[in-house]
Amino acid sequence: MTWFYLASGLFLGWSLGANDAANVFGTAVGTKMVRFKVAAIVASIFVILGAVISGAGAAHTLGKLGSVNALGGSFTVALAAALTVSWMTKLGLPVSTTQAIVGAIVGWDFFSGTLVDTDALTKIVSTWVISPVLTAIFSFVLFKLTRWSLRTIKMHLLEMDLNTRLALILIGAFGAYSLGANNIANVMGVFVTANPFPDVNILGILTLSGKQLLFLIGGIAIAVGIYSYSYRVMKTVGSDLFKLSPISALIVVFSESMVLFIFASQKLEHLLIRLNLPTIPLVPVSSSQAVVGGVIGIAFAKGGGRAINFRVLTRIFWGWIVTPLTAGVISFFALFFMQNVFQQKVYEPIPYVVSEAVYEKLNSMDIRDPGLGVLKGKTFRNGRKFKRALKSLTKLSPMEINAVIRIAEVDSLKIDSTVANEKLSPHWFTYAQLKAVKSLHGRVFAHKWQLVDALAAICEEWRFKEDTRRNRPYNRELEMKYEKLFEVFRISKMRERYDELHELMGF
Amino acid sequence: MFSVFKKTKELEGKIDEFLNVILEAALEFKQGMKYYLEGDFDEFEKRSEHVDQLEGRADRLRREIENKLYMEMLLPEARGDVLALLENSDDVLNIVADTIVEFSVEKPEFPSEINSHFMGLVDVSIEAVEEMVATVRAYFKDLTAVRDHVTKIMFFEKESDKIGERIKRFLFDKSDIDLSRKIHIRTFVTYLQTIADKAEDVGDRVSIYTIKRLM
Repeated sequence: MTWFYLASGLFLGWSLGANDAANVFGTAVGTKMVRFKVAAIVASIFVILGAVISGAGAAHTLGKLGSVNALGGSFTVALAAALTVSWMTKLGLPVSTTQAIVGAIVGWDFFSGTLVDTDALTKIVSTWVISPVLTAIFSFVLFKLTRWSLRTIKMHLLEMDLNTRLALILIGAFGAYSLGANNIANVMGVFVTANPFPDVNILGILTLSGKQLLFLIGGIAIAVGIYSYSYRVMKTVGSDLFKLSPISALIVVFSESMVLFIFASQKLEHLLIRLNLPTIPLVPVSSSQAVVGGVIGIAFAKGGGRAINFRVLTRIFWGWIVTPLTAGVISFFALFFMQNVFQQKVYEPIPYVVSEAVYEKLNSMDIRDPGLGVLKGKTFRNGRKFKRALKSLTKLSPMEINAVIRIAEVDSLKIDSTVANEKLSPHWFTYAQLKAVKSLHGRVFAHKWQLVDALAAICEEWRFKEDTRRNRPYNRELEMKYEKLFEVFRISKMRERYDELHELMGF
Repeated sequence: MFSVFKKTKELEGKIDEFLNVILEAALEFKQGMKYYLEGDFDEFEKRSEHVDQLEGRADRLRREIENKLYMEMLLPEARGDVLALLENSDDVLNIVADTIVEFSVEKPEFPSEINSHFMGLVDVSIEAVEEMVATVRAYFKDLTAVRDHVTKIMFFEKESDKIGERIKRFLFDKSDIDLSRKIHIRTFVTYLQTIADKAEDVGDRVSIYTIKRLM
C-alpha cells in the first residue's frame, strides 16, 4: 500500500526527470557535443546524489508550507501536482513542478483546515521571481568574462571544442546535483511528514535516514525519467527552443545550476553566515524558468536586449499564477474525492485547545486577553476554526495570535526509551541529547512545546539559541531534531481521542 | 583521458602541417616562375615537380583531417565550416599546381616588355595565397586577427586584377604579335588572377564563419 501511495510522487519524479534534465544537458546533447548516453549516466548519478545529500534544506521550507501528515493526503497532493503538470504541458503552457506542488499543498491546507504559513509562502513565491533574475545576472557576467578570456587566451578551435565538451559534462554534473538537491523537495517533499520509511544502515558503513531513503527513491524515479523520456525533450531544447552555441549553453547551465544550488545548499548558508553575509532562503525553484533567465542574460550581454521575446516572459508570469491556482483547485477536489468517495484518510486532524496548561504558558509569555478566558477548556477541530475564534473573541495582535495557535496545537507524544534507542541515530543526536530524551521515558505530552520545555529544562543542548542570523542554522538543525522526536514519539490515534489523553494526563 | 588531449594536439598539428604545405607550394611556385621568366628551365622543372609533390601531400593530409573530424565526432557545430575551409584552401593549391604544369607543358613565350609585369602579377597572387593561409590559421587560433588578413587578401586580389588588366591591354595593343600568341599569354594571365580570386573566396568564407563563431 505504501508503494501505491508513493506512486504519484514517483510519477512526479519521472516527469521531472523527463522534462528538467533537458535544462541541464539539453543543448549539450542537442548540439551533439555530449552523447545522450554520457549525459544520462552523469545526470542520473548526480541527481540522486544531490537529492540524498543536499535535499533536506529546500524540503524543510516546503514542509513548513503544509506538513501533509497522512500518506493518503501526500498521494493526492502529489497526484494533483502531477496532473496539473501533464495537463498544462499538453495544452502547451509553460509549467513548473515547483509551482504546481506549492499550489497543491496550499489546496491541502485549505481542505484540512491547516493554517497556511504565510511566511513560508511569501518566501517561496518571491524566489520564483528572484531566481530567473538572478540567473540572468549570473549569465550576463559570466558571458562577458568568458568572451573576454577567450579572446585573451586565443585557444585553438579543436582545444576549445574538447574543453567545451569536458566543461559541459562537469557543469552538467553540477547542474544535475543542484537539480536533485533543489527539486527533490517538489517530488518527495509532501511525503516527508508521513514518511513510511525507517532509517537504514547499509553494510554498517552508511546510515540513511528515512527521509534520505525517501529522497533516494525519488531520485531514482527522476533518473528513470531521464533515461526513458528526456532524450526527446533534449532534442527539442537543443535545436528549437533556444538556439545557443555550446559555450553560451555552458554559461546558461552554469548560471542555472548556481541558482538551484544556492537555493538548496545548507553548507553555503553556513558559509554566508560565517562571512557575515545575507543568507538565501532554501526553497525549491523552477529550473526551466532559471534557464529562460539565463538566456535573457546572454541576450543582454550580446547587446540584443530588444531581441527578447516578451511573450515568453508574459507566459512565465502567468505561469506563476495559473499553475498554483490550478493545482490548488485540483488538489482540493481530489482530496474531497479521496476522503469521501474512496474513504481514505487524507489528513490527520490537528485539534487546538486552550487547556489550563496552555493558558498558563500563554500567561508566562505575557499573552493575556479576556477572550482567552472565554476560550478556556474549548477544543477546536482545526487551525482555521481556532484562528477565527481567536480573531473574533480576542484583541490579540496577529503575532500573538500565531503564538497562541502554536501553543494550543494538540499533539500526542509518549516518550519511550526503547523507541529512542531504535530510531534516534547517535550520529545525528548528541549523547547528551539522547540521554535527556531517555530520561523522560514514560512521560506523555499533549503539546509539542511541553516536550520542548521539558527537554530544555534538563539539557543545555536541547535549548534554542537567541534568534540571530548566526544562530539560525543551529536553531533550524535543532528544529529538525525536534521534528524527528515528534515524528518518532507520536501516538497518532491519541490526538483524535483528545479527551482520553486529557484523562491520561490527569487534567 | 590524456589520450583525448593527445589526439586533439595531433589533429591540430595535422591542420598546421596542411597549411604549411599550401604555403610552401605557393612560395615554390613563385620561385619556379622566377626561373621560368629568367629562362632557367631546368630549375623551373625542379620546382614544378616539387609543387606537384606538395599538392599530393596536401590532399592526403586533408583527407586524413576530414576523416578524423567525422569519425571522432569533433566540432559538431563548426565541422561543416572547417570542412569547407580545408576543401577550398586545397582548391587554391590545386590551381597553383595546375598552373605550373600548364607552364611546363605549353611553355608560353612572354614578350620581354611584360616580363616584369608578369612577375608582379605572380607576386601579388602568391601574396594573396599567403594571406589566405594566415586567415585560415587565424580562424582556428585567433579570431580577432581574421579581419586584418582578409583585408589584405582583398587588396592583393584587386591588385592582381589591375596588373592583369594592364598586361592584357598592353598585349592586345601590340601589332607585332599574333593573335594566337596573344590569346595564349592571356590564358596564363587569367590563371594567375584565378589564384588570387579563389584565395579571396576562402577569405570571404572565413569572415562569415568567424561571425558564426564569435558567440
